Amino acid sequence: MITATGVTGGPFEANGNLANDFDLLFEDLWMGKETYEKAHRLLIEEAIKTALQKGKIEKEQIQFLFAGDLINQITPTSFAARTMQIPYFGLFGACSTSMEGLALASFVVNYDGAKYVLTGASSHNAAVEKQFRYPTEYGGQKPPTAQWTVTGAGVALVQPNEPGQMHPVTISATIGKVVDMGLSDPFNMGGAMAPAAADTIMAHFRDLQLDPSYYDLIVTGDLGRVGHDTAFELINKSGLQLERKQFQDCGLLMYKDDQPVQSGGSGAGCSATALYGHLLNQLKKGIFKRILVVATGALLSPLSFQQNESIPCIAHAVAIEMNGDKE
Amino acid sequence: MATSKQKNMTPQQRKYQQLQQKHEIKRPVLKNCIKAFFVGGIICVVGQAISYFYIYYFDFTEQSVGNPTVATMVFLSMLLTGFGVYDRLGQFAGAGSAVPVTGFGNAVISAAIEHRTEGFVLGVGGNMFKLAGSVILFGVFSAFVVALVKTLLVIWGVL
Repeated sequence: MITATGVTGGPFEANGNLANDFDLLFEDLWMGKETYEKAHRLLIEEAIKTALQKGKIEKEQIQFLFAGDLINQITPTSFAARTMQIPYFGLFGACSTSMEGLALASFVVNYDGAKYVLTGASSHNAAVEKQFRYPTEYGGQKPPTAQWTVTGAGVALVQPNEPGQMHPVTISATIGKVVDMGLSDPFNMGGAMAPAAADTIMAHFRDLQLDPSYYDLIVTGDLGRVGHDTAFELINKSGLQLERKQFQDCGLLMYKDDQPVQSGGSGAGCSATALYGHLLNQLKKGIFKRILVVATGALLSPLSFQQNESIPCIAHAVAIEMNGDKE
Repeated sequence: MATSKQKNMTPQQRKYQQLQQKHEIKRPVLKNCIKAFFVGGIICVVGQAISYFYIYYFDFTEQSVGNPTVATMVFLSMLLTGFGVYDRLGQFAGAGSAVPVTGFGNAVISAAIEHRTEGFVLGVGGNMFKLAGSVILFGVFSAFVVALVKTLLVIWGVL
């Protein structure tokens, strides 16, 4: 079960829809550091510290940290792990890292591999844009299918289930295959990732022999407007009956309509902050009982798309419900 | 998308791409063209005003005013880039702010700002022309080819 979370964000998220669900919001992208990469690291460190504080636990007790980000060789996360001195597994699943980490953490805890595990994912808008796109001040025009990388980190503390305690519990997970539908436009990641999301969602219902109505909410990581609509059509064409209002996207939840984010939010921090902040709060309030979170990742590099490779994508799904809600 | 690429696709991939295209939000091409026309036009009007300014108040002729005007425009666009205005203009105007020489200034200075944290030599120096470098290379090369063609035509007595 997830006993505590820490969620940090940047200035753009502070103006967004979910600002109240963040534990700590920074006023500017530099966060008092000399480089964006250091600011990125700070986001993770603060998220981990917040999760430890809320979980009332010392960092020495944490047995593993499963985390990752989008920067080359995931240095922000590794450097944060150096600061925190917690045994660390570095993960890379692009924007699906959040659910990859949660699935792994839950798996390890479930089979008595550890008692206290931290997992999380993060991204920093300026640091990621620098690596994957053009300089931030460059006056290029982004097409309406482009997305805005979330500045934020979301970290969760996973512990073995204890009866009687009201905490969100991970009940199952479906790990996705890499799906490549041949799209190669890095300004349309949603369209590239949609088939991966649909594939994982359909596999989840097939494996567990469930119907979509089993979940109050099925939320994708960062498909954005284009990918979300496409995934919805793909799933419904497969014969599963999915309602429009139970199918949402973290990238669309994150920002207000008047923020200039084109098709919505994206980045490893997108699903991590939306889930560990907003969605878990809604579970705790009882608005949702059972949700399926499907984080999607585009496994490209700045090099691979320049060499005209298409964008392979992956999606991992984790089902979460409130403890003690079993009928 | 190139047709050669489409040939290498599986039928499943092709079918998905058709489905995806339906949902893809199209670029508002006509609207973008109109915006680019007006913003680009305004930038050129500013440039024209600056060249008249140099002709009237300084000792420049219509032939020699080009260089100081370009330098002034590039300087202005660099200032705007530094203040974080030019990228917003670029999102609005597209080619309107990218094609004039101000777009060139923006490409250079934005890369320089971006890589400042990696140091002056490898960061600013190595990355400053990351975007503008190909403009310079292919600009100089195509000028060379055009000049070569013209020279040959003159030698052969066509011109």
